[in-house]
Amino acid sequence: MNKYFAFIVLIFLSTLNGIGQTIEVIGVEDMENLIREETGRTRVINFWATWCRPCIEELPYFEAINQSPDYKNFEVILISLDFVEDLDSKVKTFADKKNIKSTIKLLDNVDYNSWIDKVDPSWSGAIPATLVVNSRFDRRNFFEKQFEGNELENMLKDFESELNQTNK
Amino acid sequence: MIVLFSTPLFTTYEVTGYDVGDYATDFSLKNVDGKMVSLADYKDTKGFIISFTCNTCPYAVMYEQRIIDLDKKYAPQGYPVIAINPNDAKQNPGDAFDKMAERATDKNYPFPYLIDESQDVTKRFGATNTPHMYILQKENDQYRVAYIGTIDNNPKSAEQASKHYIDDAMKALLSGQEVEVSKTKAVGCTIKWKSAS
Repeated sequence: MNKYFAFIVLIFLSTLNGIGQTIEVIGVEDMENLIREETGRTRVINFWATWCRPCIEELPYFEAINQSPDYKNFEVILISLDFVEDLDSKVKTFADKKNIKSTIKLLDNVDYNSWIDKVDPSWSGAIPATLVVNSRFDRRNFFEKQFEGNELENMLKDFESELNQTNK
Repeated sequence: MIVLFSTPLFTTYEVTGYDVGDYATDFSLKNVDGKMVSLADYKDTKGFIISFTCNTCPYAVMYEQRIIDLDKKYAPQGYPVIAINPNDAKQNPGDAFDKMAERATDKNYPFPYLIDESQDVTKRFGATNTPHMYILQKENDQYRVAYIGTIDNNPKSAEQASKHYIDDAMKALLSGQEVEVSKTKAVGCTIKWKSAS
């Protein structure tokens, strides 16, 4: 009976805390692994933050890719550069409010110059920025820009067709 | 560093900003007090710490006190700060000229806070983010770019920073030595460019 009660309380509390996704806090090595890992799919790694307006504006495009069966060969990962102190108050709150389905991770390292080149040497440090990477086929493409309209879709289609061409 | 932009008349073209070792061209931009400011106005300086910054970017806000402190520390040694707001006020109303003036008064900026309305100076420098810092060293009547990048390696707290890029560069310059780390990446908000049309 006690166990049952505790279960109910737990369910109740979890609704209070929001039922959205848990956001993993990662370090630079974890991020490098995300880039390096050879999963069958192409990873679309988007760097964003809740305080970055252009980032927020382009998020729906990434969400659409994440949910569309046409893009099942792609895995969207949203890496938040918000501060770790703001994980609950800002990032989690934002993700729940917008009901974000794509995987969100928070990169907890503000010593940007120690890792920014590992994402791409051409990256100035501005966000939004997006890395499209397929390590199995050793292909990557980096974009320091805000995607608009069909740009993200078209870019991913191009990426996929190039991937198919090379692996024929 | 390459900034891409397009105008209705031309197709997309590239503008490359200054690199370390290049010479910066002087500019004339309007300060929050309404007066125009140029590098040539400063007769007895050894150089400048130019800060592309703004009112609204959280990173600019976090670094604001540090920019004020840089001026307090280095202006007496011949390197005053000049702050330039590169953002288009249409895109970021909080960065409009009157808001800049308010901010400068509220925070008692000891340095000029200039508006780059045409964004030409910003493009010429190649600044991409706020805050984005440039140290210029006067050589005869020219301004050699000696450092480009960020202030230190912890936007959250100056005390917790373990690398002080601007301080290190200034120490080298003031003692006549080469700047060891002359280029870093400035993480912050993207500059809000005017829309092409």
